[in-house]
Amino acid sequence: MTGANSFSVSGYGPERAGWTRLFARDSLARRLDWPILLAATALSLIGSLLVYSATRNRTEINQGDPYYFLIRHVMNTGIGLALMIGTIWLGHRTLRNAVPVLYGLSVLLILLVLTPLGSTVNGAHSWIVLGGGFSLQPSEFVKVTIILGMAMLLAARVDAGDKPYPDHRTVLQALGLATVPMLIVMLMPDLGSVMVMVIIVLGVLLASGASNRWVFGLLGAGAAGAIAVWQLHILDDYQIARFAAFANPSLDPAGVGYNTNQARIAIGSGGLTGAGLFQGSQTTGQFVPEQQTDFVFTVAGEELGFVGGGLIIVLLGIVLWRACRIARETTELYGTIVAAGIVAWFAFQSFENIGMTLGIMPVTGLPLPFVSYGGSSMFAVWVAVGLLQSIRVQRPMSA
Amino acid sequence: MTNIPETGRTPRVQIRLVVIQILVLSLLGTLGGRLWYLQIREGAEYAKEASGNHVQQVVEPAVRGSILDARGVPLADNETRLVVSASRTDLLKQKDDGKAVLTKLAGVLGMTPAEVMQKVRLCDAKTPQPCWNGSPYQPIPITDEATPKQALQIRERAEDFPGITAEPEAVRRYASPGKANTAQVLGYLSPVTDEEITKAQDTDSPFLRSDQVGRSGLEREYDKELRGKAGVTRYEVDNLGRVIGQAEATPAEPGSNLVTSIDARVQRVAEFELNAAMKEARRNFDRNTGENYKADAGAVVVMEAKTGRIVAMASNPTYDPNAWVGGISAKDYQRLTGKSSNYPLLNRAIQGQAAPGSVFKVVSTAAAVQAGYDFDGRYNCSSSYSVGGQVFKNFESQNHGPISLGRALEVSCDTVYYQLAHREWQKDGGIDPKKKPNDYFYKTAHQFGLGKETGIDLPNEVTGRVPDREWKQSYWKANKDAWCKTGKKGGSYVERIAYENCLEGNKMRAGDEINYSIGQGDTLVTPIQMATIYAAISNGGTLYDPTVGKAIVSADGKTVQEIQPQAHGKLPVSKQTLAQMDDALAGVATRGTAAWRFGGWPQDKIEMHAKTGTAEVYGKQTTSWFATYTKDYSIVMTISQGGTGSGASGPAVRNIYDALYGVSDDGTITEKNALLPTPQQGLPKIKTDGTIASPKISKDPAKEQQAFQKAAEEGTPAADGTQPAGTAASPEAENRDTRRRRRRGARGRGSRRMCS
Repeated sequence: MTGANSFSVSGYGPERAGWTRLFARDSLARRLDWPILLAATALSLIGSLLVYSATRNRTEINQGDPYYFLIRHVMNTGIGLALMIGTIWLGHRTLRNAVPVLYGLSVLLILLVLTPLGSTVNGAHSWIVLGGGFSLQPSEFVKVTIILGMAMLLAARVDAGDKPYPDHRTVLQALGLATVPMLIVMLMPDLGSVMVMVIIVLGVLLASGASNRWVFGLLGAGAAGAIAVWQLHILDDYQIARFAAFANPSLDPAGVGYNTNQARIAIGSGGLTGAGLFQGSQTTGQFVPEQQTDFVFTVAGEELGFVGGGLIIVLLGIVLWRACRIARETTELYGTIVAAGIVAWFAFQSFENIGMTLGIMPVTGLPLPFVSYGGSSMFAVWVAVGLLQSIRVQRPMSA
Repeated sequence: MTNIPETGRTPRVQIRLVVIQILVLSLLGTLGGRLWYLQIREGAEYAKEASGNHVQQVVEPAVRGSILDARGVPLADNETRLVVSASRTDLLKQKDDGKAVLTKLAGVLGMTPAEVMQKVRLCDAKTPQPCWNGSPYQPIPITDEATPKQALQIRERAEDFPGITAEPEAVRRYASPGKANTAQVLGYLSPVTDEEITKAQDTDSPFLRSDQVGRSGLEREYDKELRGKAGVTRYEVDNLGRVIGQAEATPAEPGSNLVTSIDARVQRVAEFELNAAMKEARRNFDRNTGENYKADAGAVVVMEAKTGRIVAMASNPTYDPNAWVGGISAKDYQRLTGKSSNYPLLNRAIQGQAAPGSVFKVVSTAAAVQAGYDFDGRYNCSSSYSVGGQVFKNFESQNHGPISLGRALEVSCDTVYYQLAHREWQKDGGIDPKKKPNDYFYKTAHQFGLGKETGIDLPNEVTGRVPDREWKQSYWKANKDAWCKTGKKGGSYVERIAYENCLEGNKMRAGDEINYSIGQGDTLVTPIQMATIYAAISNGGTLYDPTVGKAIVSADGKTVQEIQPQAHGKLPVSKQTLAQMDDALAGVATRGTAAWRFGGWPQDKIEMHAKTGTAEVYGKQTTSWFATYTKDYSIVMTISQGGTGSGASGPAVRNIYDALYGVSDDGTITEKNALLPTPQQGLPKIKTDGTIASPKISKDPAKEQQAFQKAAEEGTPAADGTQPAGTAASPEAENRDTRRRRRRGARGRGSRRMCS
């Protein structure tokens, strides 16, 4: 019944044509969430500057072309925008039908990573190298498909009007659906992505209206698991040291501690307005490893200062704020769950990424949405933006 | 849409969505707060760290200034050596971290590859020496003894040796001109320690890791001036140490040269004569101990009488200062600091202290005059002096009858001083002193500058000791527990002494003052103190701070900072008394205890003054002292366990004067043979290019002087034949200065028991 009653882009008045139609009341352009789109675009463009600043001197990775990463980042942003448009055009509801296929595909991809086709980058065995300088990080896409898959299962009976909340059986099914790719990703091991997925699952469960018992049970299980890992020495001491090094760099001075320390120096030395774009000595001197990807925020911190770093946080805040509104305002649970899952994903990943450069979160290999260099991540977040837009576009205008 | 609320959500979901939204915003708020904390609150701190991160400095060491003698002859300078160094940053850029290059280099230098690699590895807690503990951005020296051929091989094939340089570099050298090694005066250098670096960090002359620092002697005293300022180029580097820009560069400022008042030739003669005198002394038999004199250490000081400048200063045993250059070997270090070598690093002219014996009598004479005794009065020089049943004998129990103080100096009559000191002791209240005792004998010693440093411009000078009431009190306090424990009435000699010291060691006893009046007992002086006093008697009474440094001249010779003689006191003696003492000391050289050593001396042309001393040390052989002066110079020599004053030191001092003035044994003065008939005036010229105009110096001035004497002897045979040919042992009877009163030779509080 919901499907039949909702609006669709194609079904909206064929009698108007061209630009008039585009900007007419209730038109697509009017219904799009422009703040999210603009903020996300701005983040991607700032990202391209930061990536350029971080890589223009790194001859050992930019193959002698200072613009190598800049061009690719802009290209990735363009592809991301296209993916967003495609997602909007298809509509999240259409995609709802394709979720099993997409989910299956993404799980297959992460399974491929575990085969000899996968390769290791920076200690994480989470890549598929495609050749020609392209590579794929399927765990990024799994984040999207987990959200979609869980939302599909959890919302099915509620949106059908059968029940006010998903029942235990459905929740169990949804958890099982999330657990399979999480286990695979853990084998890579890409603990950062697993952490993000756990948070996504939490967000999804919260938004689905599932019983409090599930929410608190999951939280309790997480805490118990963490304590077990710690107490039963499942991790080696060096792994724990690496984990804790964000708070105390001397635990792992040559590894994570070094990153943390240099990142903190870079950001700290930025001051209010920063050293100026391309003027940062920490960045120019390449003291911060992985600066174009996981540590891209340090470039902003050093070269643009508190103003630039604050701007990035504010822009992320706009995206998240609008996404929360979309989650609240849509009429079907499916849309709410998807939007909430995306909020949980973006929020945690941004917090973890910036937090580790600021020394308040452990160091993991997570990109900063929109800003970090990296195709897979860029595509995934823009698809997510497409989903958010689609949810907003396809809801009835509020009265 | 009938059963769906307008908001689309059940209240439970709505509330949870709000919770999520608040959570998300608070996370972002946390990030913003932390960002503010790092960038705004702590920003300055991190900015400082960041700048330290990306700047590295390369140091171009300053050439250390030379130490020159009074005429410009370099005593310490730098020689150019071909130093082959490796740049770690360049080596690490190569694929195998430079292993191939270093192996090739080892082949050229004739070293093993392992040796070379050890030299360029960085020191850390786990890496044993050899390793490099300087900055990794600094070129690391692999050898400083490359031959020109090796250097050429490296330079010609620069492309085969990336990161390797072969450059001439300045290395410290102690030149020993004319065999004058001047070791203890010059001192030595050794690498700076971590502690010193930290300590000097914020001063205006901070140390660099590669610095060598003066550790003793002039090298230490004038370290700051000699060191100059290293040139520093700061480079901005990236995380791999690759240079990405030059931040600032300050060129090296070479250190200034130190012109000293040392005359290398006189220094050589002094060293040679001191050594010869000690060797000779060891051939002589000491009747007291039943073995030959040990002559284990000695020192001689030649000072300009009118300024206090040091013309020569020798200490024996000595060492080769070049042992320190390029890092001292463990074996050498052991040898130089070990007991078996009797500590050759000590400069005994300023760090050796001993009881002065009779050379102290000039102080006692001045004290007596201060106490009101007429210089020309009549004092009985009896063969012995008794106090409370103890007998203090004159030397050889000689009896000169009533004589003046001047004559007492000449014949070194002990009993005259005994009675004057005893009388003063009684006047001061005896064993129970009055409230404010006059203590003329002790006060005068302090006024003569004894008991404290002369202020010479050399480090670690010792003070000597005036055993006055204050000292006795503090010494007793420090030792009475031990004395009272070991002391025993009627025990062995040592036990008896301890017993008495325990009872009244804090009190000034008659015997203490009596012994003190002839420079015995607990009195300690250094040769430099004695030289200063005798120079003061020569110059009319001014006690100058002895100086070795004469001027500090910049490397280009343009700025000259002269070091002016400074006085630290006046002798407490009237002009008249000084003149009388001067006469008496001339009498010592012409008819007194030193006369037999100055036979044939042209006294009418160069007036010689002298005083001999033979100090007794408990448990050791006697210390030989010889203090002399002319109107220009004062020379003091001492030999520990060397025998009598004139016997052991006399010929050496005479030979030094002969060399200074060009005097032959028969008294003829040959001006061309004279090394320094008047003290050197003016400073050597240092040209703007840094070269120094200095006269040539013969291979061995000491041997040259001997040759002059020999030639003179052969030309005009000694007429009177009284010259003690060579330095043959003189018969004991002739040696009137020797006091052999106390066979077992005790000093201090115990000595009054000696004759019982």
